[in-house]
Amino acid sequence: MSSKTVREMIEENKSSKTNFRGVTEKVMPKFLLLCAIISVLTTFGIVFTLIFETFNFFSKVSFLEFITSPDWYPMHSNASFGIRPLILGTLTIAAIAILVALPLGLAAAIFLSEYASDRMRRIVKPVLEVLAGVPTIVYGFFALTFVTPLLQNIIPGLSIYNALSPGIVVGVMIIPMIASLSEDAMSAVPNAIREGAYAMGATKFEVAIKVVFPAALSGIIASIVLAISRAIGETMIVTVAGGANPTSAIDITNAIQTMTAYIVQISLGDAGYGTTAYYSIYAVGMTLFVFTLIMNLAAYFISRKFREVY
Amino acid sequence: MTSPTKEETVFNVENLNLWYGNTHALKNINMDIARNQVTAIIGPSGCGKSTFIKTLNRMVEMVPSVNISGTINYHGQGIFESKYMVEELRTRVGMVFQKPNPFPKSIYENVAYGPRIHGIKKKQDLDAIVEKSLKGAAIWDEVKDRLDENAYGLSGGQQQRICIARCLAIEPDVILMDEPTSALDPISTLKVEELVRELKKDYTIVIVTHNMQQAARISDRTAFFLNGEVIEMSDTDKLFSTPEDKRTEDYITGRFG
Ligand SMILES: Nc1ncnc2c1ncn2[C@@H]1O[C@H](COP(=O)(O)OP(=O)(O)OP(=O)(O)O)[C@@H](O)[C@H]1O
Ligand SMILES: [Mg+2]
Repeated sequence: MSSKTVREMIEENKSSKTNFRGVTEKVMPKFLLLCAIISVLTTFGIVFTLIFETFNFFSKVSFLEFITSPDWYPMHSNASFGIRPLILGTLTIAAIAILVALPLGLAAAIFLSEYASDRMRRIVKPVLEVLAGVPTIVYGFFALTFVTPLLQNIIPGLSIYNALSPGIVVGVMIIPMIASLSEDAMSAVPNAIREGAYAMGATKFEVAIKVVFPAALSGIIASIVLAISRAIGETMIVTVAGGANPTSAIDITNAIQTMTAYIVQISLGDAGYGTTAYYSIYAVGMTLFVFTLIMNLAAYFISRKFREVY
Repeated sequence: MTSPTKEETVFNVENLNLWYGNTHALKNINMDIARNQVTAIIGPSGCGKSTFIKTLNRMVEMVPSVNISGTINYHGQGIFESKYMVEELRTRVGMVFQKPNPFPKSIYENVAYGPRIHGIKKKQDLDAIVEKSLKGAAIWDEVKDRLDENAYGLSGGQQQRICIARCLAIEPDVILMDEPTSALDPISTLKVEELVRELKKDYTIVIVTHNMQQAARISDRTAFFLNGEVIEMSDTDKLFSTPEDKRTEDYITGRFG
């Protein structure tokens, strides 16, 4: 070591770098603020466009018709703009998806958090995350070309475009999300709490179900709500495999149309720019936005409550 | 003090050795633990006290690298024998941990948890058990009006007594306590100590403590551990007044450790 004391070295460095450090300290916050502003402005821009064009739509079609009419015939000569069939299509898909994903996702989460060895967890978790990153168009064709024919063997009357197949596949798509987020919530439960239960003669399953699961409940619910929101917003799978048949009749063996699939259909050029059908996608998009916003807010509030538990 | 000849042995430990991987944490332990007595375990940090009492209810086996040899008989029954159910053992041998670890549930649910998992479901039975256990842990008066509140809203000392109540709720035979007062203030500590003296009438207690005055105050017998070995074990009065081993004397007089 040199003969200088640490203090002397610090002083030396300080004087040689004063300017640079000072500039960094001044510029950095401004740069970061700029980045923050850009992302916030973009979001506002999108929401603003959405609202603006939605108003445009409602100058042509009454809001009352939008929410009460049972039919969605945007391209008819005698057009009717009732959102209900699209909402029902969307909710049908979300319901099937959650029926598939909830038991499987939670079982996977419990297994990973309470039973799997560290090594296994280290392998499985990244795999789950990769699975969550598969482009949804791939899932879409998986539904159409694999799951639908498979289901047709079991359910003879199943049409080629139906709600069941994409519903199941959307469920498969959100399993990793539920499994991974719920596992995080369960792993966050302190070990001391598990030990308390084991020390009273609880079995592994009792500890998992009656102690860890309830302790992580709000985190788990938040993960489910987020997954539902993802299912509602899912687009490609339902566009490819669900058909384009907006209907208020809930029949999972038949073609349906979700809000997202309708937006895709119109965006692909089925309706000319400036037509009422064209503007309708903004109203539908707005509805979708409201749905997912509510879901995300719910997830946010639930997970905030979660932090106060222990 | 009761005469040693009449005592009934609850735990009989023979040639117990325990390794964490390559660390030899318990070396050739032989010990008898007598019924309705408080047995204190003292010794410097890292000498194997926690490991020893966690072996008595087999909680130590939750560490994957653990290896055990030797026998521990609980009322004459070998606890490592394959036919002996570990859950059964832990129902009889309860444990209170160093840091209070209530479940993130209501006070009531904390205490009712044990009875519930062992099949007691009727509300009136559970109510009675909860009240009795909380009284037994000397905390009933403090919490009787807030049984539905989350246990994490209580003070550390109260939480620890909830944990003791939780342990009493399944009416164990033995209660193991690993430094139960080390996270508590002096007043809560005194309350827990009084409680231990009280509980001795119905339970056999093994308590690890770093506090020698505490060991002297509440225990009937004391074992001094050093580097994984039992150096000396005798009646508490004797161990603290006329220790036989030089190392025991050094430790209790504060000359090392
Ligand atoms: N989970 C573990 N894995 C590996 N080694 C461990 C583990 N737990 C304890 N040990 C080792 O076993 C020895 C005994 O530890 P133990 O916790 O029983 O000591 P202790 O007497 O309770 O100490 P303290 O008074 O600090 O609580 C120590 O050398 C410790 O490092
Ligand atoms: Mg210890």
